[in-house]
Amino acid sequence: MDESKTHIISALVLHKPGVLQRVAGLFTRRGYNIENITVGTSEQENLARMTIIAKGDEKVLEQVTKQLNKLIDVIKVRDLDPEITVKRELCLIKVHTSTEKNRSEIIQYANIFRGRIIDVSPETLTIEITGSPEKIEALIDLVRTFGIKEVARTGPTAISRGNKTI
Amino acid sequence: MKGGEAIIKSLMDQGVETVFGYPGGVLLPLYDVLYDSDLRHILVRHEQCAAHAADGFARASGKVGVCIGTSGPGATNLITGIATAYMDSSPVLAIAGQVATGLIGNDAFQEVDTIGITMPITKHNYQAMKAEEIPGMIRSAFYIASTGRNGPVVIDLPKNVQEEEFEYELAKDIELPGYKPTMKGHPLQVKKAAKMIMNSKKPVILAGGGIILSGASKELLKFANMIHAPVTTSLMGKGSIPEDDPLSLGMLGMHGRKTSNLIIDDCDCLISIGCRFSDRTTGSITEFAKNAKIVHIDVDPAEIGKNVDVDVPIVGDAKRILNDLINVVGKAKDENKNHSDWLKHVIDFKNTCMPRLSFDDIPLKPQQVIKELSEAIDQDTIVTTDVGQNQMWMAHYFTSRNPRKFISSGGLGTMGFGFPAAMGAKIAMPDNDVVAVCGDGGFLMVCQDLATVKEYDIPVVICVLDNRRLGMVSQWQKLFYNKRMSYTDLGQSPDFVKLAESFGISAERVEKPGEMYETVKKAIRSDEPYLIDVIIDPDEILPMVPAGCGLTEIVGEYKVERETPGEILYKPMGTNKGGE
Repeated sequence: MDESKTHIISALVLHKPGVLQRVAGLFTRRGYNIENITVGTSEQENLARMTIIAKGDEKVLEQVTKQLNKLIDVIKVRDLDPEITVKRELCLIKVHTSTEKNRSEIIQYANIFRGRIIDVSPETLTIEITGSPEKIEALIDLVRTFGIKEVARTGPTAISRGNKTI
Repeated sequence: MKGGEAIIKSLMDQGVETVFGYPGGVLLPLYDVLYDSDLRHILVRHEQCAAHAADGFARASGKVGVCIGTSGPGATNLITGIATAYMDSSPVLAIAGQVATGLIGNDAFQEVDTIGITMPITKHNYQAMKAEEIPGMIRSAFYIASTGRNGPVVIDLPKNVQEEEFEYELAKDIELPGYKPTMKGHPLQVKKAAKMIMNSKKPVILAGGGIILSGASKELLKFANMIHAPVTTSLMGKGSIPEDDPLSLGMLGMHGRKTSNLIIDDCDCLISIGCRFSDRTTGSITEFAKNAKIVHIDVDPAEIGKNVDVDVPIVGDAKRILNDLINVVGKAKDENKNHSDWLKHVIDFKNTCMPRLSFDDIPLKPQQVIKELSEAIDQDTIVTTDVGQNQMWMAHYFTSRNPRKFISSGGLGTMGFGFPAAMGAKIAMPDNDVVAVCGDGGFLMVCQDLATVKEYDIPVVICVLDNRRLGMVSQWQKLFYNKRMSYTDLGQSPDFVKLAESFGISAERVEKPGEMYETVKKAIRSDEPYLIDVIIDPDEILPMVPAGCGLTEIVGEYKVERETPGEILYKPMGTNKGGE
């Protein structure tokens, strides 16, 4: 796939058991490359919103969208235009802190990235950070030298700018 | 009302008269209701046959076929039949028992994750967690199975839900916010397609199973005549146009008629209706209809552009769109829609390579067997096939004249389909004769259900084309694997006549030309189940296009009716620069 691009697909689905399995299973079965998937409740009762990050050319994307639409539990599917889409991810990083100096350095970095310290123990600090996946990568890279004990990322969720909804 | 009663009531409210099934532990409450209900239950001897029979019922009648299996192995035995129905878009409802809700997930006795297993092979599936869900669930299941692109639906039914008491209420309107099949074709697309067809010089129609599912055979023939386009079909489309009509070219594809395969290569406008361009139909995609602009009409938007790039897609119901096209094209000037030169060119060629059917060899040639079979049955007879050589011989040599009269497992290619499907077809259409054409391999996979046709007196005629081998696989071994016949010899097959007789079913062996005709006539007249063991030539090969090759690259000798000296060559008409 020469023109392989990363796509952000937003899908409104029925909020009931098995829907995630239907969607994930579809990707596996059809051989689509899924990078990330997030699910959560939406503004409407009984409906959940899924944000799927997938790679592929236009033809693959078209198939993904159409096949998703065929699922009875999927209400709406839209490929979000990256130009007018805000994308955010939440990440928790547990960093090893051996000395007082390290500790203040890490807190400073977290502040620069508008992160927060949400847990402290004698030997660790846990940072909470939200932002674009790139920003999160940058912070992780920065604190790596101190020794990362654990990273938990939600994967990006996304929404269109302005009035547009799906 | 109890959950089990609600199921039977809901099924009967949907007009179901017969179900095919096999009971089991978790289905005891449901079967207890069945015991004195008016719903007819056919006890098959293997759940796979229940699913195939429901499928055959659906294909023959256009109504939803219903099958039932218990939890665990009962459900997994249904799987092959469900997958078969899914691949060929057949409306089937499969009800599978499940362990009690409190036990789900505990690896209880005969527990299997039916929902998980059937997700990729159903249009949709449901698990009933409360009895009150049942009426709406069954109503939705029927609606989903039989609208849009048809397909199987599974309902997973835990034991305690069948026993649960609840206040039965008539199912409310179906609420499926995520399911709105497009039936009406976009008028602009229809106009575009009409224009492209009228600007073309050499149009061909490719009719798929969608024509049959949508009941569009009359419209197809009318439109084809209007634009003078020859019609070829996929395997699933066989019978969508009377194959003795001058416009009909016969099946296309790997085992297709020579005319179809060569004409597709020459045409400049291909109008595909209700066909999903399977690899068996198209051969190499890059070579397929390479001189043609393609109009693709399909009810499933996901089929558009999936396998073949399309110039004008129209999403919607085949019948409605054909009527729209007839309206638009009908208003055009005669000279615009006239392609009679092309049609004459195609028919002239077709007449040079009609396959030869008459052979007086012993052992019998399958062509001769099929010829005698065709002469012995009337055109309302429903013919089912198994999978393999028997199926492709039938697809190639048998002349099908009416929709829903040729029933075969196309997409999944399920051996063992033919006989149980015939059983279902006969239940659906008791006034039509039903003949199953099977191979010895496939029939042996489902022969236990001879007990079912005997017990319920379902008069199907089973023709076993007996060559004591897995014919299709051995054909490939012969052609492409240096004649290394690895495990395709079924020499130790039983004596099929004695086998049938042990079930109390009349049976006869056919070995010489002329006998097939007589025996089929006799079998149909008997109005009882009947097995005919037809000893055929194990070395007969059906010409084919090797996998991955273009459709014109046919290997194997193509024996034609009217022998002319030298090879039959096709000359393309005019230049290949037509279309829009």
